[in-house]
Amino acid sequence: MKALQSVLLALALMVSGVAAADVGVPHLDIGKGGHCVNDPKFMKLNHGDLLKKQRYITVHQGVIGRYSLINCVNCHASKVNNSVLGTNSNFCQGCHVYAAVKIDCFECHSSRPETVSQTLKEVAK
Amino acid sequence: MDALQKGRRDIRNFYFLVGLGLLVVMAGLFAAHYMEEHGHIVTGMSNQVVWGMPHVFAIFLIVSASGVLNVASVGSVFGKTPYKARAPLSGLLSIAMLAGGLTVLMLDLGRPERVIVAATHINPTSVFAWNVFLYSGLVAFVAIYLWTMMEKRMNPLSKAAGLAVFAWRFILTTGTGLIFAFLVARQAYGNAILPPMFIVMSFAWGLAVFMIVQSAMYGWNEMALNPAILTRLKNLLGIFILGVIYLVAIYHLTNIYFAKQTAFEKFILVDGGIYPILFWAGYFLIGSVLPLFLIYSPKMGTQRHVLLASILVVLGSFSFLYVFIIGGQAFPLMIFPGYEVISSTFGDGQIAQYSPSLPEILLGTGGLGIAFLITTVGVRALNFLPKDE
Amino acid sequence: MSEINRRDFLRGSAMMAGLAVAPGMMLYDLARANQPASSAVRWGMLIDTSQCEEGCDDCVKACNKENGLPGKTGPTDEQWIRKVELKNVKTGRVTSLPMMCQHCAEPPCVDVCPTGASFKRADGIVLVDRHLCIGCRYCMMACPYKARSFVHEPLHDQKPEVPRGKGTVESCTFCVQRIDRGKDITACAEACSKAGHKAILFGNLNDPNSEISKRLKEVASTQLRADLGVDPGLHYEGL
Repeated sequence: MKALQSVLLALALMVSGVAAADVGVPHLDIGKGGHCVNDPKFMKLNHGDLLKKQRYITVHQGVIGRYSLINCVNCHASKVNNSVLGTNSNFCQGCHVYAAVKIDCFECHSSRPETVSQTLKEVAK
Repeated sequence: MDALQKGRRDIRNFYFLVGLGLLVVMAGLFAAHYMEEHGHIVTGMSNQVVWGMPHVFAIFLIVSASGVLNVASVGSVFGKTPYKARAPLSGLLSIAMLAGGLTVLMLDLGRPERVIVAATHINPTSVFAWNVFLYSGLVAFVAIYLWTMMEKRMNPLSKAAGLAVFAWRFILTTGTGLIFAFLVARQAYGNAILPPMFIVMSFAWGLAVFMIVQSAMYGWNEMALNPAILTRLKNLLGIFILGVIYLVAIYHLTNIYFAKQTAFEKFILVDGGIYPILFWAGYFLIGSVLPLFLIYSPKMGTQRHVLLASILVVLGSFSFLYVFIIGGQAFPLMIFPGYEVISSTFGDGQIAQYSPSLPEILLGTGGLGIAFLITTVGVRALNFLPKDE
Repeated sequence: MSEINRRDFLRGSAMMAGLAVAPGMMLYDLARANQPASSAVRWGMLIDTSQCEEGCDDCVKACNKENGLPGKTGPTDEQWIRKVELKNVKTGRVTSLPMMCQHCAEPPCVDVCPTGASFKRADGIVLVDRHLCIGCRYCMMACPYKARSFVHEPLHDQKPEVPRGKGTVESCTFCVQRIDRGKDITACAEACSKAGHKAILFGNLNDPNSEISKRLKEVASTQLRADLGVDPGLHYEGL
């Protein structure tokens, strides 16, 4: 009985070891990257909350702020396909597939960076 | 046929009915999924007719769910014994139809997956938001009421629970009527008579549904309804049908009298194509006059006649709601009084076209299926058969 | 750590204002862009129907371009602004005008919305918060002006500043993405004056010195369905 248990335990450990090696941490294409608006570790934990707060302030009060989704996408869209989605190495999709959390944002929001937006260009005139 | 055989046949029939109900419900769920996947483009609804077939089914179910409780109220609030025997069945039907109606409304949303938002973000000025409370409250009250009736130790509380249900369903149907009564901009709605009209309609439709279900249950058990009770119920149904005719007449007469509304009334009652046909043939003739004849004509009024009358009332109610909801939106908004619209890309001044698509009809019948399924399982599992001494 | 301190958040936003744009690339009015919409402003329009040319739809095209709308005109397509041609039943006089969300002071769509997705900003702009919209379409039933559209199909390639999506309701936003970046003119008004018509005057109704307030004081104008008492932010001249 003891022997059987230890065999099973060993098997379980092997399996989990293999699984961990297989999945690994996703290699993300962070796009332009550079200085994030906050420490990346902080952002990894809190970007959901930050975006939620920002969205209220932007939509209801009209204040375009630091934590806007446009900002995320502008810096983190892949230079390969010009998007934060598309493959499992793209910034948003890659991590969300890894964490198995569905992203709703891009049904409505653009997953591509602003092409020096028409709006802004005109405002600059 | 011995008892064993009858028991076997009963079980087979029961599973057949459950299977049938499940099939209809599955078709409805599939339709809802299809609509969510492709968007409302696969329905007949548009930017002008924004509520369509699902709302016809849902409002029928919700209005009837409130009205069917009338049977229970007459028993508990007014203390009439024959109605008391029917109170549990009326409570079950109410919950079943409410569940069906709300499911249809929910699945028709543009973002059904976000329905939880409706519970976490409440706009206090919205009659829709009030209804979220009214509907869930009714389910709770009726469940408690059923408990007080079916559990002997709770019986003393049954009258109080019945009173609460009575008050609640009044407010609930008022709320359903107010959904339309509060719409100031549309000719068909924005009228204070709508809540009372909905209440009386709920009495008629709810009782009709009750009669149909009761007939089916008696037929299943090879029982006949006590003639005295049949007379009472059919007379009540007759009075409700007359009451609806009265309020619908007042509603249309008021509109006809107001010059600004006559064009709309002409559309709905005379030259609007499908709408006048459904109103006069569907609602008035088939759904009101014929049932009255079946109920009151001296040679008629048997259980079968009353059953047929009840079925016709339900058909009439669908005709009425189709005209009220869809006809009411098909008629253009009056945005520029005194002007005629020569051209517009958004259908201003034009009668909107609407033809229901299969998915939205299946979604609606799915709601009926849910009500049917809950009722079938409910009456099989628990003792809901009305027994008269 | 998952709860973010509100003060940190605001400080972050303020810092961002400084960081967002490099010196010399002042793309938009940062001072304004960081102020919450205030009730000192009420955005509105004065439509001069005598200036609005029959058959011209430059305002509609500009709106579609600005907001990334497909510009189709079927019964299920989104239209934030439309051209309407009217004939006075009694006199036969023909009038042409643009029609859009009237940005009411007492908007029926806001009253009826069950979730509060339909709302009025402090500066009078009536919007739909698409994060809260469940797609019930009650606002479309309530709107006296048929101003709203429901998105009937999945969308792709929306503009970054104008997120839109299937299953939600939308309408004219007074080009809120411009206003919040300090550009105080809507795409339609801009296109109209570019076409030389000047039928659409956009401005602050609460500022007595604004062009729109001055004009409103001088000329006879009317609000559509004024009898309803919803106090639209759009005034029509020559109707």
